[in-house]
Amino acid sequence: MSLNAHQKRTGQEAIEEKGWLAAHKWLILRRLSQFGILALFLLGPLAGIWLVKGNLNYSYTLDLLPLTDPYVALQSLLAGHAPEKLGIIGVAIVLVFYFLVGGRVYCSWVCPVNMVTDAAGWLRDRLGIKGASSLSRQTRYWVLGMTLVGSALTGVVLWELVNPVSMLHRGLIFGLGMGWAIVLVIFLFDLFVMNRGWCGRLCPVGAFYGLLGRWSPVRVAAPARAACNDCMDCFEVCPEPQVIRPALKGEGKGVGPVILAPDCTNCGRCIDVCSKDVFAYSLRFNNPASTVPPSPAPGEAK
Amino acid sequence: MKSKTPKTSAARRQFMFDSARMVCGVGMLGLGLGLYAKQSKALPALALRPPGALPEDDFLGACIRCGLCVRDCPYNTLELAKPETPVATGTPFFNARNIPCEMCEDIPCVKACPTQALDHGLTDINKAKMGIAVLIDHETCLNFLGLRCDVCYRVCPVIDKAITLDLQPNTRTGRHAMFLPTVHSEHCTGCGKCEKSCVLEEAAIRVLPPKLAKGALGEHYRLGWEEQKKAGSSLIDESRMVDLPDRLPEGAVLPGHYDPASGQTEALRGMPGSEAGAIPSLPPGLGGKP
Repeated sequence: MSLNAHQKRTGQEAIEEKGWLAAHKWLILRRLSQFGILALFLLGPLAGIWLVKGNLNYSYTLDLLPLTDPYVALQSLLAGHAPEKLGIIGVAIVLVFYFLVGGRVYCSWVCPVNMVTDAAGWLRDRLGIKGASSLSRQTRYWVLGMTLVGSALTGVVLWELVNPVSMLHRGLIFGLGMGWAIVLVIFLFDLFVMNRGWCGRLCPVGAFYGLLGRWSPVRVAAPARAACNDCMDCFEVCPEPQVIRPALKGEGKGVGPVILAPDCTNCGRCIDVCSKDVFAYSLRFNNPASTVPPSPAPGEAK
Repeated sequence: MKSKTPKTSAARRQFMFDSARMVCGVGMLGLGLGLYAKQSKALPALALRPPGALPEDDFLGACIRCGLCVRDCPYNTLELAKPETPVATGTPFFNARNIPCEMCEDIPCVKACPTQALDHGLTDINKAKMGIAVLIDHETCLNFLGLRCDVCYRVCPVIDKAITLDLQPNTRTGRHAMFLPTVHSEHCTGCGKCEKSCVLEEAAIRVLPPKLAKGALGEHYRLGWEEQKKAGSSLIDESRMVDLPDRLPEGAVLPGHYDPASGQTEALRGMPGSEAGAIPSLPPGLGGKP
């Protein structure tokens, strides 16, 4: 299967059908978002234009907008320390924002490590490296729980001692030091040891944001799932492929087309790579049990 | 994923094994992190926290590693610890020998802090306790060698309170004074300007965490002279005090000494302000008798 898959690369069909730009639309927007946010943070230290101060743990924009990472704030709270007023306002803003747009939008549209692991995933695909070892995707929730309990027990913001996400982001802004080595380890881990190992199985930050977006209204859906031709490109390209099946293949089971699993990062790659335009951003309420449209025959798939 | 209860016993066993594996793995990771957390509380002696920083134990729980204090410090004193720095990663610190704290009156670093890691109750920078300066090396300090370097004393923002010059006779020359820089912990903020400006290759005066710099009296200790001042009189009945005659070598004289046996006080000589007059031209043992 791997040989066949690599003769026709993932997303090839979409590029032929829709053109390269349309087949990479959300990917490009996502990279623009990730680099743009990083650029805003770097504008101060590099160019002396202080629009944003701080880093992803807490930032203060234009002396007006505080943003606090709620996961870090929660660990600090469990360690026995509440933030100041601005810190609390920052937590509230971030909670509301990610609750609305989808918790793991943080992972796919903001987090700098995502670019590292996406690069590893892409290279892994190009080199045809197949999974060596695997770990349950639930592991991250255990790690999340461990960091919360651990923070309470040690009185230290536990995950921040080793968190590669903040190490990379803070490092790029305040000086990386040996932080690059940790990032390299994650890259190599994802490339050689475990497919989508870091973001998909271990990172408790993603797990936290996933839970935060458990009931987020903005979701990816497969409203045109009847047009699916089973090319499997969406499964190939998705960093959390387990989330797609219920929505895409749920027609017969009375399951609606909206991807409700909190692990979905709303990255939109499935929208890009689908030559049949099966997927689209949608709202979770827009979830009828059946989506068979009157015009195309549902049995089109070979 | 595991929402359905496994039906068969094989599946149940597998589920139990998988869960056990996960708990063990994550538990080991947690144990490692916990030990690392414990280690990270040991702040190196020369890494100083910003003004108003909570004690290290609390600081690591309150600081969210945002770096706002670093940004708002006008003198680039503060930096965030990098992964290889022996300070908890991402937390702010400074090294006085590199850039000391300039003790801004408006304390912008504390104002910028979105948590209580830097105590917002600190509004007077002179009350800060980043550490306590200690004149750590009496062998190389130029003033201890009898010179008048005085630099640490001159640069101290709390001059004459936090650092004073303590006059001592220079027993080496026998005719000079030594002006010993002396730190008074109740006024020292630990800004580190003394350490920064020490002219030696390695600073003889260094700012240390209060824990390292200070001794502590036993809880039950009372300083008699202070208690006496508070009470307005001696706490003991002095008339009933027995002062035994002092044994002195034959012919020895102890200036200013009260000898209960004779009821006399020896004339005080050789000390500044003594009624015995001028300081002797030569101290005992170096020629002419005073």
